[in-house]
Amino acid sequence: MDWLFSFPHMDDASLRDLKKAIDEGFRGFTRAYGDGLEAIFEPLQHFLIWSERFMTQTPWPIILLLIAAVAWFASRNWKIVAGTVVTLLLIGYFDMWDDTMKTVSMIFVCTVLSIVVGIPIGIAMSRSDRVQNIVNPVLDVMQTMPSFVYLIPVVMLLGIGKVPGLIAVVIYAIPPMIRLTNLGIRLVDKDVLEAADAFGSSNWQKLKNVQMPLALPTIMAGTNQTIMMALAMVVIASMIGVQGLGQPVLKAISNQYFTLGIFNGLAIVGIAIIFDRVSQAFGARLQKHREVVHG
Amino acid sequence: MGNKKIGGFGIEIKKLYKIFGPNGADCVKLVEQGVTKTELNAKHGHVLGLRDINISMPAGGIQVIMGLSGSGKSTLIRHINRLIDPTSGEVVIGDEDVVKMDAVQLREFRRHQTAMVFQKFALLPHRTVLENTLYGLEIQGAPRNRQVDRAMRWIERVGLKGFESKYPNQLSGGMQQRVGLARALANDAPILLMDEAFSALDPLIRVDMQTVLLALQKEIKKTIVFITHDLDEALRLGDRIAILRDGEVVQQGTGQDIVMNPADDYIANFVREVNRSRVINVETVATALNASARELKISVPAGAKLEEAARAMTLAGENEIAVVDAAGQAIGVLTLPQAVDAMVNSQVACSTPNAKKVA
Ligand SMILES: Nc1ncnc2c1ncn2[C@@H]1O[C@H](COP(=O)(O)OP(=O)(O)O)[C@@H](O)[C@H]1O
Ligand SMILES: [Mg+2]
Repeated sequence: MDWLFSFPHMDDASLRDLKKAIDEGFRGFTRAYGDGLEAIFEPLQHFLIWSERFMTQTPWPIILLLIAAVAWFASRNWKIVAGTVVTLLLIGYFDMWDDTMKTVSMIFVCTVLSIVVGIPIGIAMSRSDRVQNIVNPVLDVMQTMPSFVYLIPVVMLLGIGKVPGLIAVVIYAIPPMIRLTNLGIRLVDKDVLEAADAFGSSNWQKLKNVQMPLALPTIMAGTNQTIMMALAMVVIASMIGVQGLGQPVLKAISNQYFTLGIFNGLAIVGIAIIFDRVSQAFGARLQKHREVVHG
Repeated sequence: MGNKKIGGFGIEIKKLYKIFGPNGADCVKLVEQGVTKTELNAKHGHVLGLRDINISMPAGGIQVIMGLSGSGKSTLIRHINRLIDPTSGEVVIGDEDVVKMDAVQLREFRRHQTAMVFQKFALLPHRTVLENTLYGLEIQGAPRNRQVDRAMRWIERVGLKGFESKYPNQLSGGMQQRVGLARALANDAPILLMDEAFSALDPLIRVDMQTVLLALQKEIKKTIVFITHDLDEALRLGDRIAILRDGEVVQQGTGQDIVMNPADDYIANFVREVNRSRVINVETVATALNASARELKISVPAGAKLEEAARAMTLAGENEIAVVDAAGQAIGVLTLPQAVDAMVNSQVACSTPNAKKVA
């Protein structure tokens, strides 16, 4: 009756061998292709460094104005702009300006990358049920797999640093971008699409003139979620060398610095709220004329 | 590419079948052998969309397709620009069979030879009236300034001048459909397809739009296929009318043919409430000329409706009116009693017991 109380499992020796074989295999892969992969991600490294340098080395009043201007053009709402400026001033006053700028830069690059990679995948999914059935489970895994687990292969392949951090964040944050692009395109009014067909639109013209513009508010909602999820990864990413607000938090955890943790945590919350309000207001402005009204 | 002479294209629909379902083609035989729509659905799991449609639509005229909801009107009109592929049959326009076109030919055909107006307008909500109107030209790749010129002209023609930078959701239904009409006309295609284009509008606005369309048609002379479920609309607009039921044409002809000689009870029921004085032509009721005709004081042209003749007689205090041909030559005479009799006596050709029962 032993087997009833202890699950009959693979014998220990084979299991150990299996794990070892996989590990060896992956290590071999890393040795063989690690450098090549790093070369592939080199442009990303440059983009990251450029963006971080811009955010931290430009005089702070200019950055402040720039962010306020972006907030204004996206939201056209004075309250949101005022909230943004006050939050940033407080962050600066409590001496977290540099770390905040590094985090903002990281989120910016991550969002751009998610859009550039996510939208084409979302479009492909919307055009073919087969692609959708393949990609969806992959996205499920990406979202539910604990992020620490996929940090391991990323670090093994690319080491510690900005790029592996960025990739880990993008893996975690890109699924809503892809899903909502797919959804947005699939939800486009069939009647309007039929009209586009009736006038002889090519597939590309349909995508450009009808599907993407009408899906844009949904895609914008995806961008918003991607940004929020990327921010949620900031602390974890700091464990593999991403600089910014995550590192002081990490330090606070290991040394039990209560105030340090709280301040940096609040700064993350502050910029999260800014990103959220601004991108939502932008989404709402896009929405304005896009809903179909009959009679 | 380009428009061959406008209005030069009739549409010949020949032996068209459409059966919805995975093995539609295999079911054509069954349908040809007389399996009904209900049987096909129950026993074979396929939906009979259209059965053996043969319609010859005149170039430069308005062909109305009429039928109740679900009779296959939308399915039929979508075969003309092949938004729906037929199961078998031909749709010949000019000397080309639309069914045989490949993807590229079909796109060119849709861009240059047809334009469509939709029941639910189907405007692009993120584009202004102007940008909606020039959509077809943009797709064709016309130069931008020509797009704008042409679109502005049609916006003005449909009475929307001043609204060109509004968005569709800022307009009423009637105005939105004017945009739909302008968008279709700006394409300058010889064939205009209108699927219940006015059905979503309020009755008064609908009559307005009919007037707009008739006025425009006098000048553009396109081959128009107009779908409706409303007999009054069909009679007012249609040079020819085809009536569809369960995917079959049950009768086709001029409005007058259908009102005077309904093919069966189904159609008789349809036409009973019609205002016959606006449908029946004077020459249909008039009697041949006799010697006294020369003394007639008033006249109407052949092709005029009874209502017009009756009004003329009442106004002039006359009992008789001459019917004259295009050259002004008298070809017949119509008396007031004849006219009134034809107007009120709807049972001339359809005195079926069924029709009376329902009344
Ligand atoms: N894609 C489709 N699949 C199956 N049945 C369809 C499809 N499209 C239309 N039908 C059926 O064909 C018939 C005619 O539809 P339709 O042409 O839309 O009618 P109408 O425009 O006259 O109201 C209806 O019975 C409808 O259910
Ligand atoms: Mg319909």
